[in-house]
Amino acid sequence: MLTDKLILTSYYFAFFNFASEKTGSWKFFSSFNFGAAVNSGKMLRFFLKRLELIVTRDMNAAVSHRSDQPMPGTLSPRDCKMAVELDVFVGNTTIMDEEVYQLWLDGYTVNDAVKVRMAGGVLDECEANQDVLLSDTMDQYRTFQMCERLLQSPAKLANQLLFQIPPHRQTMLIERYYAFDDVFVREVLGKKLSKGTKKDLDDISAKTGVTLKSCRRQFDNFKRVFKVVEELKGPLVENIRQHFLLSDKLARDYAAIVFFANNRFETGKKKLQYLTFQDFAFCAGQLINNWTVGAVDNMVEDMDVDLDKEFLQELKELKILITDKDLLDQHKSLVCTALRGKTKAFAEMEANFKNLSRGLVNIATKLTNTKDVRDFFIDLVEKFIEPCRSDRWTPADIKLYLTHYTNSAHILDSFKHQAVWDRYMGVIKSCIYKMYHD
Amino acid sequence: MPGKLKAKIVAGRHLPVMDRASDLTDAFVEVKFGNTTFKTDVFPKSLNPQWNSEWFKFEVDDEDLQDEPLQITVLDHDTYSANDAIGKVYIDIDPLLCTEAASVISGWFPIYDTIHGIRGEINVLVKVELFNDLNRFRQSSCGVKFFCTTSIPRGYRAAMVHGFVEELVVNEDPEYQWIDRIRTPRASNEARQRLISLMSGELQRKIGLKVLEMGGNAVVGYLQCFDLEGESGLVVRAIGTACTLEKHSSGSLVNTHTHPNTAPASNACNSPSKDGKEPVFGEDLPSSSGPPTPFRNLPTSSSSPPPFSPCKPCSRQSSSSDTDLSLTPKTGMGSGGSAGKEAGPLKTLLRQQTQTALEQRGASSSGLLLNAREFPFFTLTSFPPSFLVHVGGVVSARSVKLLDRIHNPDEPETRDAWWEELRQEIKSHAKALGCHAVVGYSENTSICEEVCILSASGTAAILNPRYMREGCLDIGSTDQRFDDPSPPSCGFCHIPYDELNMPFPAQLTYCYNCRRQKVPDVLFTTINLPAEAAVTGKGCLIQARLCRLKKKAQGEVNATAISNLLPFMEYELHTQLMNKLKLRSMNALFGLHIQISVGENMLLGLASATGVYLTALPAPGGIQIAGKASGDLNNEQHVQSIQKRINDTIAKNKELYQINPPELTEEGVGSPIPEPRHRSRLFRSHSESSDEVSELDLSHGKKDAFVLEIDDTDAVEDIHSLLTDASPPTGFYTCNTETMPGIYNWTTAVQMFTSVRVLRLSNANLSNQSLNKIFTDLCENLLKSFYFKLRSNIPCCLCHLNFTVAVPEEELIQVSVTAVAMTFDKDQNQEGFITKGGNETEEQLQFPLELCADSSSTNAQPSSKFSGVPENTIVSSRAASVDYGSFADRCSTWLELLRLKANTIRRGSVKTSRRTQSLAHSVSSLEHCSPLTEGRPRSLRSSRSFGGSSVTMVKMTPLSFLPGTRIIKFLGIINMFFIRETTSLREEGGVSGFLHTFIAEVFAMVRAHVAALGGNAVVSYSMKDCVLMENPNKNQAQCLINVSGDAVICVRETDQEPMTSMTNIGQTCAADGAT
Repeated sequence: MLTDKLILTSYYFAFFNFASEKTGSWKFFSSFNFGAAVNSGKMLRFFLKRLELIVTRDMNAAVSHRSDQPMPGTLSPRDCKMAVELDVFVGNTTIMDEEVYQLWLDGYTVNDAVKVRMAGGVLDECEANQDVLLSDTMDQYRTFQMCERLLQSPAKLANQLLFQIPPHRQTMLIERYYAFDDVFVREVLGKKLSKGTKKDLDDISAKTGVTLKSCRRQFDNFKRVFKVVEELKGPLVENIRQHFLLSDKLARDYAAIVFFANNRFETGKKKLQYLTFQDFAFCAGQLINNWTVGAVDNMVEDMDVDLDKEFLQELKELKILITDKDLLDQHKSLVCTALRGKTKAFAEMEANFKNLSRGLVNIATKLTNTKDVRDFFIDLVEKFIEPCRSDRWTPADIKLYLTHYTNSAHILDSFKHQAVWDRYMGVIKSCIYKMYHD
Repeated sequence: MPGKLKAKIVAGRHLPVMDRASDLTDAFVEVKFGNTTFKTDVFPKSLNPQWNSEWFKFEVDDEDLQDEPLQITVLDHDTYSANDAIGKVYIDIDPLLCTEAASVISGWFPIYDTIHGIRGEINVLVKVELFNDLNRFRQSSCGVKFFCTTSIPRGYRAAMVHGFVEELVVNEDPEYQWIDRIRTPRASNEARQRLISLMSGELQRKIGLKVLEMGGNAVVGYLQCFDLEGESGLVVRAIGTACTLEKHSSGSLVNTHTHPNTAPASNACNSPSKDGKEPVFGEDLPSSSGPPTPFRNLPTSSSSPPPFSPCKPCSRQSSSSDTDLSLTPKTGMGSGGSAGKEAGPLKTLLRQQTQTALEQRGASSSGLLLNAREFPFFTLTSFPPSFLVHVGGVVSARSVKLLDRIHNPDEPETRDAWWEELRQEIKSHAKALGCHAVVGYSENTSICEEVCILSASGTAAILNPRYMREGCLDIGSTDQRFDDPSPPSCGFCHIPYDELNMPFPAQLTYCYNCRRQKVPDVLFTTINLPAEAAVTGKGCLIQARLCRLKKKAQGEVNATAISNLLPFMEYELHTQLMNKLKLRSMNALFGLHIQISVGENMLLGLASATGVYLTALPAPGGIQIAGKASGDLNNEQHVQSIQKRINDTIAKNKELYQINPPELTEEGVGSPIPEPRHRSRLFRSHSESSDEVSELDLSHGKKDAFVLEIDDTDAVEDIHSLLTDASPPTGFYTCNTETMPGIYNWTTAVQMFTSVRVLRLSNANLSNQSLNKIFTDLCENLLKSFYFKLRSNIPCCLCHLNFTVAVPEEELIQVSVTAVAMTFDKDQNQEGFITKGGNETEEQLQFPLELCADSSSTNAQPSSKFSGVPENTIVSSRAASVDYGSFADRCSTWLELLRLKANTIRRGSVKTSRRTQSLAHSVSSLEHCSPLTEGRPRSLRSSRSFGGSSVTMVKMTPLSFLPGTRIIKFLGIINMFFIRETTSLREEGGVSGFLHTFIAEVFAMVRAHVAALGGNAVVSYSMKDCVLMENPNKNQAQCLINVSGDAVICVRETDQEPMTSMTNIGQTCAADGAT
């Protein structure tokens, strides 16, 4: 009988592991040789039936022991001494502590969160003890988990009935839920928001120090926003803001992420490592505002996500600036005249003009290729920023140079593509200016 | 006859995905009332369907309107298989039947499924057209208003308080019917929900009928409970206080008659029966002898004929209330017997007694000023000023019964008889305390398997007869006692019983406030602290907790074992309360609620109350520790150290609760009091014995320190537990009454919450002590949790902390708490609160003013409030409460009493009456009683506070008011019952996750219903039941929750609005009522 019990107990274990397969904590299971039996649902039910008959105390112990590990979508019951079977606190107005919310968002487990809170000195505030803290943290975590479904479609949060949350708190909840870590987003920026990337999240988590749970949330947020705006007409930022009730700043950031993901810009190369997410976000904003279909027509699908194909075609025309020798020389002299005496780096500018100009125009002409679009940023760095940096241009120099470089082209008689040039150089100028730092 | 119910289904939103293939739903709706069903069209492929249906019309009896809920089922259309139910909404249309309440129900309701919880929302419009019905034999009672609030609802005035109404209906529990074996859990749950909804509708209707018969138009303090008796059935019972309420109005524009007329039957139905009954509460009631001596004449001749014949309304099925047992001197009838099976024959016995009682009653009519018809019980806990004359003390009774199957649901005789006994018991206790009424009355049960403990408790009191009947009082005669009562700030503390024939040993002293009448040294009550009471310092929650193991047993053996344990538990709870009270240096308990819960192998006792220091009562003596007799030096030291700790704690508590009565100076310097006291003695001279007692008065001093003996480990434990009770952290106050004395400047921030904790006792062989410790810790930890969670609300007071304990299964202890955290403004002191306090007082004051409009005392009332020293006080000559005098004499100690109790219990029920006493001192906070300082600010902002955002914020509170707001309209009672079940417990986050979701859902549904009625708040909210059953091994759990409250519209109180707007509000209300 004893052995019988034992075996059943282990089945019990096995079942649990089976149920929590997704968490990847299935090791226990394999140590028992009952794989086949457990895998068949019929057998499973059979064993469970028998289990009910022989429910022993050991088993209860086993259960509580086992469930220390959190399962997806559930919380581990308190690992408290023995006693508290159930512990809930529900307020008519949902009580949410911002600090705990942040810990939850950051992916801390309940126990870790309790430690952090204790270190933070909450206990002194109210003569509380660790149990109280644990209970409070559990409650809040549960609340957040229940809320999560709503946070994923924030519009629902406002007119759902389950939680009574004052509007300003709702805003806070949403804003924080959709907030992300710059280190994390930097890793996935420009990557395809697919299952493949999702699998790499552990690596990213290890690399960035952001917990896996938090990584998943952020990644899923990106994906969700991406999916929703994909099918919408109208301006990207506005769509994001309305659908996810985000602040303008956050909506812009999401627009950037969506834009990068859609165009798959390469951002991970070593040479680009020095750039922050905010740099890219700014550039994305520029591109969205000037180079997409939406920049000319604002009622097309995907208007802000895809680059304006016609425009990219037209960019090819710019080639004349470097292929036509006369034009190139003329351009150079105009720029040099304007710059002379205004900067210490004049000599280098003069010397590098043709190289730099070729670089920029080549980037423009190649943009019809998707591959080259992806390399847009790396090209900018290689062809322009790096040479300038090695010549120790100051940011002011860059600005000056690009301004004159752009304007001088207008004076060129034989250069007819003024509009395209402006549309192109406007973005390039501000992007480079933003990207030109250490 | 009839009414027309109209319903329209507008739209749905957030529906769940029912069709996996398309990720959409083809939803349609069935609307059912009674046996009629309508369907909407299918709205294909949408999670946010717009049905915009026609008006579905149901032509139904108003009886059905009262009983039945409107049942709305949302389904997913399936071409090939059966349609899947998404969920249901039950809408109680009762609020629409009362012309004064809501006129339309319109809003988003959560679609609820007992397995999946809330699944989207549906927008519904419901209206009722009611035709006037003048049929006097009708069965319905539309128009009677129900309030959960246990005081006269704000904005109303009680023209008359008719008294106790009760009713009880029984049925088989669908969960235990044979069919349950073959139907799905969902079907079974729904059957149960529906049945309970029907039963409570029926119950309400029947109570309404009784009220109409009595001539009332409302029930306040309506308390409905379910007893899930398992195999033996399902009992729904309710008690309440019938009243005639009038809308408050300063102008005479809106008058009394607005609604009695709208509820036509109240008059129509009344008249035929009136002739028979009027004498009972009508003009026949002479005012010759005052309530202080209500039963004086009782045993005298039965010469005069019975004032009425016991009328038995044929309509009612319940039998209980028809039996007019009344003031029969207790003949020591064995009330029940622990095996309740003999109730049948007992019933006849009771009936016989009834007859005699009726005969006797004729003679005693002088004493039966109130509600002579049945029990002089009132479920109210707060009263208008001067309503409550004296308070005797807590009376309670318990009885242990064995449940058996309810054979015939139409004859709930047995259950009725059980309660009858208890009430009888309570009444006799009250009588022993020299009181003619019981206020703050409540009843509850605890069931475990087939054993059931019935408990009833209340506060014996003497009420001002003026409120009890119509017409004017015959002032000319002897009744000045009431016209000019003791100062309101202390009058209620004065003893109602005769000091020579006290029902129990007590030390009486002259009132420290007025120095004229006797007060006990300690006062226990179940009511709220009267608003006008003079209190020193703040109060706090005091709890006594107790666990007692018992052997597992079956049937009668079990019942006997429980009966034997009960008196000891009561005794110990009482001792604990007493000790804790002393430790906090307080002398009175309000809102005392003792709950005894029975489990298979243990009994749990939890007594909660709010301790305060009543200025009128003497300062409590300290607690003195007495060691063992042996001269052990170690022990001696130990005792001393404990004594020191206790003294320190007392000192600390005094500071904490700001209890600094000026007693010391008074005694040392020689107070200014002697004069009034002297006078009082003068008055007293014609009453017996006053002199030597007043002599005693001063000498008593502090000599009555409470002595605790440490002679065994138990006592040590006791003391430890006494000292381990943590006081709330700074910034927090706690009480289980409506408000905390000394705090008046509430802000509008309220946070109502419910918390449930279940503890599993892992070790099977626990001792009583360790069990006690666990239980105490459980409660203490809960409180600590609250403090922590609500720390952002500091400074705040946790009001109406209502603890409920249960033993859901062996080795499990469940504690549920519902309370409200109310923030107050610390900086703004005195001035702020005086106006506020005055405000409230005045609002209620309307009531007496109106009532005694033609009595000479009209003016005396408020003025005496100012003076605090009314002139011609006649100190009552207290007549003996004859039949219990001897009883009281015998009980010289508590132990004696205990023994007596033990005796009683052997006969089946426990009774307790408690109360003690000692010394006096003075100083009342007169400012507190200045009633006329301010006009009621009125404003008409109702429309502003709701609308706006898509979801109305609905505030909930267990209190009868919301601070900083004014209730402008009561929309009707909310009484909802939900079942939730799951077969995927783990996936829902375990039991905690399951219950968390469920409670949140219940809140959501309550809020939605209130919002649909047009309200923005629920007052007097309570969670009556929370029954949780779990089986983690099967991955299953089931939970039942019953909640109730009053839906209201309230508006922000904008200060100092001109008085003229008051009339406006009155008109608006009337207009609303008429629409």
